[in-house]
Amino acid sequence: MQKITRDILVEKAVSLLENGTVCCVLGWKKGEFDYDVTPALFESKEEIEKDFVYDDFCGANFSKYLVKKTIKAEGKILVFLKPCDTYSFNQLLTEHRFDREKVYAIGIPCEGMADINKIRAIAGDGISEIKCGEKIVVDTIYGDKHEIDAKDVLLERCINCKSKKHVNYDELLGDEGEVIESNRFDEVARLEAMTPDERFAFWQNELSRCIRCNACRDVCPACTCEKCVFDNPKSGVENKAPANEFEEKMFHIIRAFHVAGRCTDCGECSRVCPQHIPLHLLNRKFIKDIDSFYGEYQAGAEVGSRAPLVNYTTNDLEPSEVFEGRGE
Amino acid sequence: MQVKEYKPLIVAFCCNWCSYAGADLAGNNRLNYPADVKIIRVPCSCRVNPMFVLRAFQRGADGVILCGCHPGDCHYTSGNYYTRRRMALLFSMLDYLCIERERTRVEWVSAAEGAKFAATMNDFAEKVAALGENKRLEDLRCKK
Ligand code: SF4
Ligand code: SF4
Ligand code: FES
Repeated sequence: MQKITRDILVEKAVSLLENGTVCCVLGWKKGEFDYDVTPALFESKEEIEKDFVYDDFCGANFSKYLVKKTIKAEGKILVFLKPCDTYSFNQLLTEHRFDREKVYAIGIPCEGMADINKIRAIAGDGISEIKCGEKIVVDTIYGDKHEIDAKDVLLERCINCKSKKHVNYDELLGDEGEVIESNRFDEVARLEAMTPDERFAFWQNELSRCIRCNACRDVCPACTCEKCVFDNPKSGVENKAPANEFEEKMFHIIRAFHVAGRCTDCGECSRVCPQHIPLHLLNRKFIKDIDSFYGEYQAGAEVGSRAPLVNYTTNDLEPSEVFEGRGE
Repeated sequence: MQVKEYKPLIVAFCCNWCSYAGADLAGNNRLNYPADVKIIRVPCSCRVNPMFVLRAFQRGADGVILCGCHPGDCHYTSGNYYTRRRMALLFSMLDYLCIERERTRVEWVSAAEGAKFAATMNDFAEKVAALGENKRLEDLRCKK
């Protein structure tokens, strides 16, 4: 369903590679199945022509890859960024995580990416082939064929997309987009309105499924610490399934807290979670609170802005006032 | 069989420059506050990271309170302003995950406020006692 086709991107990548503007290209490559497209670094025209893909499964946000890749690269890296990716890109620049000079960023418009889990829910197991387009055509090994409207199986983050505007790029393909009104806080508000016991049950049901694979942390463009607290062998919580109530919550509270004020709400954590835990609801809770306590703030909207947690005013709200005026 | 009376375990993080001295003053003045308040001295209230709070709960605390200098009086100029933002967000998140909100608190206590220190602890301990044991963030392996 994407307006920009693979061929346009391939042509662009090859020409920039051949005229020496960039030395390599960060792009998407087909995985084992049509739907598990993975990020890859392409270094030659042949590789690009053979493996480069761009379709509805290109959700991966490349910003974080730049942190490691720019260190090694001899020249500039070409990177394709969707609007939401550019926010993460800016946030990383704000934190001085990579050298802007070593990147050539092309902004590409995005019509929303597909959620394979929603497709699975419709088509069932055994998906053998998927063709993207206005209608997503799914074949299964059992011989079934399904035609699904791409609009019906969008990723949650795309349904609640906050911006079609690229906030950073060297070159833009397609038209300049706009920041859009989204309903992304509705679900958080719905949870807030529940009774404490309902909410407790909701989170227990969600968080107890976590297998601590750390995928949410690894994919997060805000989580770029060289040494992560969760890898500390002395912490007793590194890389193992949570043993109890405490460990479950601890990981999620701390992970979300570490990115509070820096999370751009790119939605990658929820996309990669193999257990389908709605992690964005934790991040968005912090964003919503920050907006209401300290004024609206969108991480990554501009380079160099000061994140709310490394900032203060002398008449900030007191922790005891947090719950005032919320009824109950 | 005798049933052991339930007394909440409370962890109080007190900054070295104000609240810890406030606690001292409360002691010197022979003011009563519950013996189950365990004070942990920190250089500044902003030394307390969210993990400390969660760890305290893990190890069996029923309530966690942070005490620091009054806003504007921090020994390091601005530490408690950061504490204020962090804890406001953390407490709100704990409430979102349904850890009872009365179990956490931040209070500004200066070195001259021994009476306020004792009163705060009495009040906090009472509120926490009313909630009973912390069940929602406990780690049974840490229980004796
Ligand atoms: S990706 Fe999902 S299962 Fe893995 S650690 Fe994160 S929340 Fe847990
Ligand atoms: S979870 Fe925290 S410590 Fe670990 S990488 Fe993310 S921000 Fe860094
Ligand atoms: S020194 Fe007391 S709060 Fe900073």
